[in-house]
Amino acid sequence: MSIEAGARAAMVAPDETTVAYIKGRRFAPNGEQWDRSVAHWQGLKSDPGARFDTTVEVDAAKLAPFVTWGTNPGMVVPVSGSVPELRHCQNEAEREAIGRMLEYMGLQGGTPIEKIFVDRVFIGSCTNSRLEDLRAAARVAKGYRVSPKVRAMVVPGSQAVKRAAEQEGLHRIFEEAGFEWRESGCSMCLGMNPDILKPGERCASTSNRNFEGRQGRGGRTHLVSPMMAAAAAVAGHFTDIRNWRFH
Amino acid sequence: MQRFRVHHGKVAPLLRANIDTDQIIPKQFLKRIEKTGFGEFLFYDWRRTPVGSLDPGFVLNQPGFAGASVLLAGKNFGCGSSREHAVWALAGFGFRAVIAPSFADIFANNSAKNGLLTVKLPEAEVNEIVRRVEGESGYQITVDLEQRQVFDQHGFSARFEIDDFTRHCLLEGLDEIGLTLQHEAEIAAYEERHALTPK
Repeated sequence: MSIEAGARAAMVAPDETTVAYIKGRRFAPNGEQWDRSVAHWQGLKSDPGARFDTTVEVDAAKLAPFVTWGTNPGMVVPVSGSVPELRHCQNEAEREAIGRMLEYMGLQGGTPIEKIFVDRVFIGSCTNSRLEDLRAAARVAKGYRVSPKVRAMVVPGSQAVKRAAEQEGLHRIFEEAGFEWRESGCSMCLGMNPDILKPGERCASTSNRNFEGRQGRGGRTHLVSPMMAAAAAVAGHFTDIRNWRFH
Repeated sequence: MQRFRVHHGKVAPLLRANIDTDQIIPKQFLKRIEKTGFGEFLFYDWRRTPVGSLDPGFVLNQPGFAGASVLLAGKNFGCGSSREHAVWALAGFGFRAVIAPSFADIFANNSAKNGLLTVKLPEAEVNEIVRRVEGESGYQITVDLEQRQVFDQHGFSARFEIDDFTRHCLLEGLDEIGLTLQHEAEIAAYEERHALTPK
């Protein structure tokens, strides 16, 4: 997602978690080659004393869950917040851009995020449908039913994730709650297949882009985390996952 | 690749900021394997009504802007999904240059590799061109890459920055393959030295 921040690529140094993930997997090196590979990977990090143009530190534990309200991934507020109001815009250009977004999204400035109701929920995409994402979403869904006004689907990030999730029985939790359990694929992340929104439909989506028409012409996409999406499916509107009652 | 040296053409204004590649060419049209044929899908959801007919209100459908070859846009043009099809769609529609206050990096790079010139001008100068477009129907402009200059016949003129390498490639019509093939003799000699001879 570094593209969304204006970069062409991003690099993350491999750590213990990365190594533990790769070990024993298909195509992973074995035996002596494994040891050599791990030693090599551990060298793939910033030099001591490396100088950066800017350093940004984010303490994710202190952040509220975020929900996008507009038509690019930067148009985002905490779930406890509200849709921005035109009267708070800094200048005419901003007012015009935000006005256009609000019109497309069918939102009134000032509406609390938790008062926004959804028609569809999409838990999927390679970015946010890993095994741990599905575990987190299933924890939320467990013991609940999807709101009768919402159509919700879960699309595992890959066939391997799908198989692993089924081994853990996650698919049963989703199905019992009324989610569709689908084959892996891009699905509603970009809507090249028939998995699209109808014009005006509103979707809580764990994909990574919310441009106009991304999930179907006239479709209104709100990007959220897998847990937030599962909670929205049950509640029928966005809700702060920090207050969720887990079963 | 088509060379870009000096281009003179009609200007069409599409002055929204952050025009993303999903607007330039929606994803359902990315299934072709050729680089051609994307022009008719350019700005599809803006150019066409939900039933597929041309929307007469959209700038590129207005008779006054028919045949425009220079697009004027808001800042951060070409952001979003990194798809080269966005450039192919603009070029296929007939655009040779896009003028905007800023461009998304990947889009700008893709443009240079497909003979489409991205001209970055300060917002004030873009706005000045807008005024001239509004004041004169069929307004035309000259984009001169040799002189790094944009000008019209009524006294407007602005210089723009472009790095020497990108400029060279556009002036000579060289994409990466074209650049590589300039060394064809050396490549052939190398291949000769490393030829796989059957044993």
